[in-house]
Amino acid sequence: MVTNQASMKRNGIQDWVSLRATALIIALYSFYIAFVFFTAPTLTYPIWQGIFASMFMKVFTFAALVSIMLHVRIGLWQVLTDYVKPAGLRAGIQYVLNLIAFAYVAVGLFVLWGV
Amino acid sequence: MKKQRPVNLDLNTIKFPPSAISSILHRVTGVAMFFALLFVIWAWAVSLGSEQGFNDVQAIMDGFIGKFVALGTVSALTYHILGGIRHGIMDMGYWEELESGNLSANIIIGIWIVLTLILGVALW
Repeated sequence: MVTNQASMKRNGIQDWVSLRATALIIALYSFYIAFVFFTAPTLTYPIWQGIFASMFMKVFTFAALVSIMLHVRIGLWQVLTDYVKPAGLRAGIQYVLNLIAFAYVAVGLFVLWGV
Repeated sequence: MKKQRPVNLDLNTIKFPPSAISSILHRVTGVAMFFALLFVIWAWAVSLGSEQGFNDVQAIMDGFIGKFVALGTVSALTYHILGGIRHGIMDMGYWEELESGNLSANIIIGIWIVLTLILGVALW
């Protein structure tokens, strides 16, 4: 198996499967949120908080955020390898972007914790 | 360097095929959404934090900037999902030929534009 600096113990098949597995969760979450917006009565603070108070919604939201982090890790790597050629610069950009993706998950966790 | 090299700068003769446009749109919408999440997650966190925060976010979303960002984000998500579904179908071995690939690309771009217009009308 070819080892390159980008693999980090991942490989193409794993990326391929991860990208689709996470895409499915994110898409289902998007449809569910769209459904909630279409069917909810006029949104007020209690209703809005009630939506995210259920354990189902907390788990679904957290799963979607983790999926986004994994999806973005692969997707942004695919884009960056095509357009940013210097390895050091690309590594730096990926480091920052993946940190932002982690921050999304962390913020999500603490927000869900408090609802 | 030879001066007499063939050049083709007649831009009317150079065109991306629909499948290439579809591929680029998938990338652009993906990257755009990553940064849009900064706003989306901020708005979500603030709106769930307190009643005051909820009212603030609602006021922003009722304004032009809020609606513009919402339209852009949902439009990008719509395209990315349509492109993702097309990718899934190609994974199963369909739409991989020149003609079917370009046709499916044109169709999802068409559906995307229609859905974005509907969303825009619904928001305003």
